[in-house]
Formats: sequence, structure tokens, C-alpha cells
Amino acid sequence: MKSASILMILGSALLLGLFIFPLWSISLEAPQYPSGIGMNIHLDGLEGKEKHDLQNIDGLNHYIGMSKLPKSDEMWEFTVFPMVVGGMALVGIIIGVLGFVKNISPKWFLSWLILMLLLGVLGMYDFNAWMVDYGTNLDPKAIMKMTDADGNPLSYKPPLFGTRHILNFVAHSFPHIGAYMMAFGMFLTLIAYWLGIKKLKSATL
Amino acid sequence: MNTLSKYVLSIIALLFFTNCGNNTSDKSGALNASKAEKVYVAPGEHDEYYAFFSGGYSGNITVAGLPSGRLLKEIPVFSQFPTSGYGYSEETKPMLNTSFGFVPWGDAHHPDISQTNGELDGRWIFINENNTPRIARISLATFETEEIIELPNSAGNHASSFVTENTEYIVAGTRFAVPNPQRDMAINEMKGEFKGPLSFVSIAENGRMNLEFQLNMPGFNYDLAHPGRNKSHGWFFFTSYNTEEANSLMEVNASQNDKDYIAAVNWQKIAEYVKNGGGEKVAGTYAHNVYDDKTHMATSTMKEGVTMVDPREVAGAVFYIPIPKSPHGCDVDPSGQFIVGSGKLSTDLSVYDFDKMITAIENKDFVDESYGIPVLSYENTLAGVVTQPGLGPLHTEFDGNGNAYTTFFISSEVVKWSLETFEVLDRQPTFYSVGHLMIPGGNSRKPFGKYLVAMNKITKDRYLPTGPELEHSAQLYDISGDKMELLSDFPTHGEPHYAAGIRADIIKDKSKKYYELAENEHPYAAKSEAEAKVTRDGNEVHISMTTIRSHFMPDNIEGVKVGDKVYFHITNLEQDFDVPHGFSIIGANTSEILVMPGQTKTIIWEPKREGVWPFYCTDFCSALHQEMQGYVRVSGRNSDTPLKYTLDE
Repeated sequence: MKSASILMILGSALLLGLFIFPLWSISLEAPQYPSGIGMNIHLDGLEGKEKHDLQNIDGLNHYIGMSKLPKSDEMWEFTVFPMVVGGMALVGIIIGVLGFVKNISPKWFLSWLILMLLLGVLGMYDFNAWMVDYGTNLDPKAIMKMTDADGNPLSYKPPLFGTRHILNFVAHSFPHIGAYMMAFGMFLTLIAYWLGIKKLKSATL
Repeated sequence: MNTLSKYVLSIIALLFFTNCGNNTSDKSGALNASKAEKVYVAPGEHDEYYAFFSGGYSGNITVAGLPSGRLLKEIPVFSQFPTSGYGYSEETKPMLNTSFGFVPWGDAHHPDISQTNGELDGRWIFINENNTPRIARISLATFETEEIIELPNSAGNHASSFVTENTEYIVAGTRFAVPNPQRDMAINEMKGEFKGPLSFVSIAENGRMNLEFQLNMPGFNYDLAHPGRNKSHGWFFFTSYNTEEANSLMEVNASQNDKDYIAAVNWQKIAEYVKNGGGEKVAGTYAHNVYDDKTHMATSTMKEGVTMVDPREVAGAVFYIPIPKSPHGCDVDPSGQFIVGSGKLSTDLSVYDFDKMITAIENKDFVDESYGIPVLSYENTLAGVVTQPGLGPLHTEFDGNGNAYTTFFISSEVVKWSLETFEVLDRQPTFYSVGHLMIPGGNSRKPFGKYLVAMNKITKDRYLPTGPELEHSAQLYDISGDKMELLSDFPTHGEPHYAAGIRADIIKDKSKKYYELAENEHPYAAKSEAEAKVTRDGNEVHISMTTIRSHFMPDNIEGVKVGDKVYFHITNLEQDFDVPHGFSIIGANTSEILVMPGQTKTIIWEPKREGVWPFYCTDFCSALHQEMQGYVRVSGRNSDTPLKYTLDE
């Protein structure tokens, strides 16, 4: 049970990586941008890949009527997400410590993981909803009003995950280091649960 | 045999010789294809070297890539440049200020790149101006002229701008001996009265130039110079012609002496002498112009007075070495051992040995004295003579592998010879009448030794004809093998006297992409659209205007009157690589300005007629560039139209 608890502590502590590393990366490629332009999404706000990328993305997007990228204080998510992730990491560590000291049931590990998965899905849903709004809620006075083959206004929504051609740009949207650390951490808590159950079974035999 | 018949004979001999050489040149398709591959830089690929060509009478520098020869940029230095507004914008006009007032043009000659421990460090490039003696310093991060210093008491600053091996000093010479101090006197009484001051300008860590002292040399014409390096570090060598001190029909009268002089100057000794209070404070007014890339403005300061050193007062510091027939080039090999003097009317090259020179000085092996300056023995300082290499030797560069390359103006060729045996190893024709040559890094301890560029004075039939006036022509040779191989021709702008080359990787990653808007300290900068404004002060109207793709803020201005002096201070809000905006307005009696991201530039407009006058962006900045325009309403002199400025009202 001790090694399982250590894994639980480690796994939930890996969430804290999100306070250092970005969660997600969106990068854009176009002939005029040979070295690319893009942004990293952190828990608490957006950051350009290069110093002035956010300003330059806004500059490009104003032609098609997209609103400016939100500042940290312009979206509740950038305040709430750090609290949720920090809180979950703390709870996970406490559960792990209790497992270590008090031998609480490994089912606590699983419960934490299920809650974390649930929150993750909610977070992704929210992220996607923002991107839909960002990519389709366009200024009616937009300089360029592009339409698709059916005559509907073109959506500039970046992909949630993967690559998409948008006019002269190719947009890539993928998880960044913080997300990979979180995923690995969650995997460790699953192992912790599995190890804990195994130990429990061998103990009862 | 008189001189003339000697020349005729040598020319005939050389024609024969070069013709023999030409017969071996293979024009087969396969060979040309392999040469083409050597200069081919695929689309999107970068050249291996930067080459900075002086523009001569253009007053500027052009930057080309090697081996392609592609033109990358023209850097305005001593001449107004309407393409960017240099010398027209209010911020850059002070760069062209001199003690003679505003001079819109210069004659740029010899660029030289800064060095550390005798190797190119790529911080700055310097270049001299011949007509109104000046030296400029250009940043190799911004490729902008940052500083220009004038040299007083001098004329014809040709023996310049060459840097010592730790960029301690840069020199300037006097090619046209003049009265020092200047005074009203009969020209034909010049002998002994005219002087040829050599100026020593120190370079601070941050690049700032300071005129430390001038060496008041006898009035010969100091033509070219090179610093000693490695073992001869601490010395400077200057060629001089017209030791006859003729003042008229110089082509004949300054060509009479069998030998003229190379002046060997121990600048370390003189610097020490000056540091200890030596020299005399004399008059001399000169402008010192500095550009600040935070305020984006230049300031011109008029300075007064200079320390003049009498070369006879500093023991063991200044000597003359005899050199045949009106020397031009004066070049020092990478080891610092050999000093190559090219008597341009001689058929031989004299190569001097630094160690022998020092021994001769120690032994007081003097054969003569000129105005109190000891003249060393020619024979006892000589390392060797390259005999009959060609006609009209001018300049020599080195490959760092024990070989020297000398250009011959009259016989139109470049000749490779050995620094060990002083024997000619190879020769290649140039097209035509080559002046300087350049091997990237050839002016340092460590030449790169792969390419050689010959800069020719005469173009004739090398390209499609373009009327009577032709651009000059350069030729690129591959010198990596035993034999030189002519690879390509390419035209160059103005008259490139000399060039400096550097491996691209030393500077390309340090090249600035844009100026930080947050660091812009221009007093009239509008760092956001909210800061844009129009203010009136008497008949002066200051418009702090911003640009961003694709509009001006403000774009409509009213309340300007006939007779006003309107300052357009344009700040480019972009913070992206390669997004300049331009600005011009109908009726402006000046050039446009091209404003880099983060930068502020100003032009003045003095409206003469009532009406509504458009202005626009002159650089195709974006898809909506055509829409990037605005209007100024100009009312009558005594009207009361209120001052008003708007965007999207």
C-alpha cells in the first residue's frame, strides 16, 4: 500500500506542472510567417509563442472581424482553473498521504481520478465552447466576410485537437507539456489504485 | 631605356602572357554548369557570407550575399536616401551635419568590420568619407548608421577607415595636403607649408568614437593605410605619394620621384605620449553626430579643438620607408610579418619585413631624413620583391594559407603569389581594370579564404548596355584550390572602392527584427492609438500619428492653416518582423519616410494652398494597403476652423 500511496502523491503532484508549463498550444502557419505564429494556453491566461504574437494574431484577425484574444482578467476560467487544479492536486496529495499513514481504501484513489476525469471533460467542453464563440461570433462590420461553399459565414474556430486549414493559415492545436504531465499523473493514480487493490487482495488471501 | 619604352615593353609582354592564360580557359557546358552550382543559392536558402560594398560616390554601403552576389540592402551613410527618408526626416538630418553645415552627400571608400583579438566580431562596420573628412559607424544589428565623426584640419580622408585588431583605434588620413591650420596663402608656396595630418579615433566599448589626436605629418598625400596585426600590432602603416610636393599637373609632377614613402607609425607610443600630456591643443571644429535607437533621433554636437602631435616630438614613433613610384595599397598579412607596398607606377611589389624594420630602427639604420623624420633603408627593411607580376599593382589581400592576392589595374588581373617564395603562383584576368579586391576576413588575423571578389572600375560590355552610365562590375573567384577560378560577374552600385566580408553566421542571428515599442523614447511618439494627438503651438502643428495594418490614427485632421509648419510624427505600432509603414503627403517638399515597427519618424509639411489634401502609406503593408490613407483639411491663413482629429467618426 505504501508504494501505491507514493504513486498517488506523485500523480496528483504532477498536476502542479500546469502552473509552470502550458496546457495547450495553438500554432499558425502561413507563407508570410515562415517561422510560425501562435500562442500557448496556460491555466491563468494566454501567452504568445514569440513576444508579440498575441498582438499580431489580433492584428491579423481584425480583418475577418474576430474579437481580440482575452486578457487574463477577461475570462473567469483563468481565475477558476488554477483554483480547481490546485485544489485537486492538494486533495490528491492528502488522499495519498492518508493512504500512506492511515491505510485508507484505494477506492479513494479511484474516486479522485473519476472526479478529475469529469472535471477534465468539463474543461475541454468549456474550452471548445469558447473557441466556437471566438471563431464564429464575428464583427458585422468585418473587413472580409468569407463564406463557405454553402454560402454560410466561414467559421474561424481553431480545431480542439489536430490540424485545420483556415484561409491562408494552417492551424495546429495540441496539448502542451502541462497537459502531458497531467495525463501522466492521472495514469499514475490509476496505477496507484490498481496496486492498492492488488495489495489489498493479497493481504486478505 | 626610358620609362615609357619600359612600359610599352611590359604591356606587350603582359598581353602575351595573359593571352596565353586565356587560351586555357574552358568554355564547355559542363565546366560552366559546375561554376553555376558554386554560386547558386537555392530559393529560400541563405548566402554563406555578407559582403559590404562601399558605394563610392553614392556615399552609402550596399550589402550583398556571397557567393550569389545578390543585393540584400543599401545602407544610407553619408548621402540622403529618399527610400527610407534618411537625411530627410527630422530625426536623421543631424547625421549629415558638418562644420560646413548640412552636406547631403559623401564619397564613401573603405568599409572595415570591428575586430576582437584580430578576428572579425561583427559588432559594427566603419566607413570613411573622402570629400568632407568623416568616419561613420554602422550597427550590424540594425544595419543603420549610428554615428558619424568629422575630422578637422584634414582634406581627402582616403587612408581610412581601418581598425586595429581590438578595435582600439580607427584611422583617418589626409590625401590632399592642406595648410594646417587653414589659411589664405599662395598655392605654389605649398612646399613645407602644407601638412598631412593623420587622425586617430578611439572606439569605446559601446562603439562611441572620440578623436584622440592628430599626427601632423609632412604635406605628402597619405593614400592608404593598414594596421599592424599579431606581431606588428601597435603599428600603423600609411602609403604616401607626392613626396615631390607638387601642386599642379599632379599626374606628371607628382610622379617624378623614384621612391615615395610608407609611413610607419607606432600609435601605441603616441597614445601613451598623449596620455601623459603630450601634444598641443590646437583649433579644429568638427561635428560629432550620434543616433540613438531608443529615441530614434540623431543629435549633432559641434566640437572644438584637437590634440595635435608633432611626429618629431615622440622618439621612436614615426619613420618613413622608401617605396618605388607613387604607392597606393599598403597591406599587412595575417601574421603581421609582411607589409606589402604597391607602387602603382612600378612593375614590382615591395614586401617589407616587420622584424627587419624593427632591427633597422634599433640600429638607427637611417639613410635620410625628411622634415626631421628618419628614413629607413629600403634594402634593409625589404623581405623580398615580387618581380614583374603585372602592371599597376594596387591592393593585396590574403587567404590565411600563406598566399597573397594582388590586383593590377593596368593589366586588369588578379595575381596570386606566395608569401614564402614571393613567386607568382597564378593569375586571372578581371573585367576590367580592377581596383580593390576583397577576401572575406582578408583584413584580419583569420581570413576565411574561400572566395575573392574583384571590384572593377570599368564595365564596358559585361552586361546589357544601359546607356553611357554603367554600374560597376564585380567578379567572384573561388580561391579554395591551387588555381583561382572565375565563378561569376555581378553589378555593384556606385563605385565600390573596397568591401568587407564576413561569414553570415557571425551576425545573422543578432540581426534586429523590429524595435520594441515599449522602449521608444521619442518625445512625439504615440505608443498607442489612444496617445495619438494633434497640438498647435503658434503656427507649428504637431501631429503624433500611429500606423497599424491598415489605417492611420487619426486619419482626418481639420484646423490646419496655410502658412502652418506641420510636423507629422509617425509611430509604427506594429511589433512584427518586416511590417514597415510609409508616409507621404501631397505637396511635401521632402521625401517620404519609411517607419520600421516600433519606430517614430518625422517629416515637415508646409501647406501652401487651401483644400483637402490626402496622405497615404507608401509601403505595400497589407491587403488593405490601398485603403491606408487620410485627409488634412487646410483652411485660409486667418480662418477659425477648429483643430480636430478623428478616426472612424
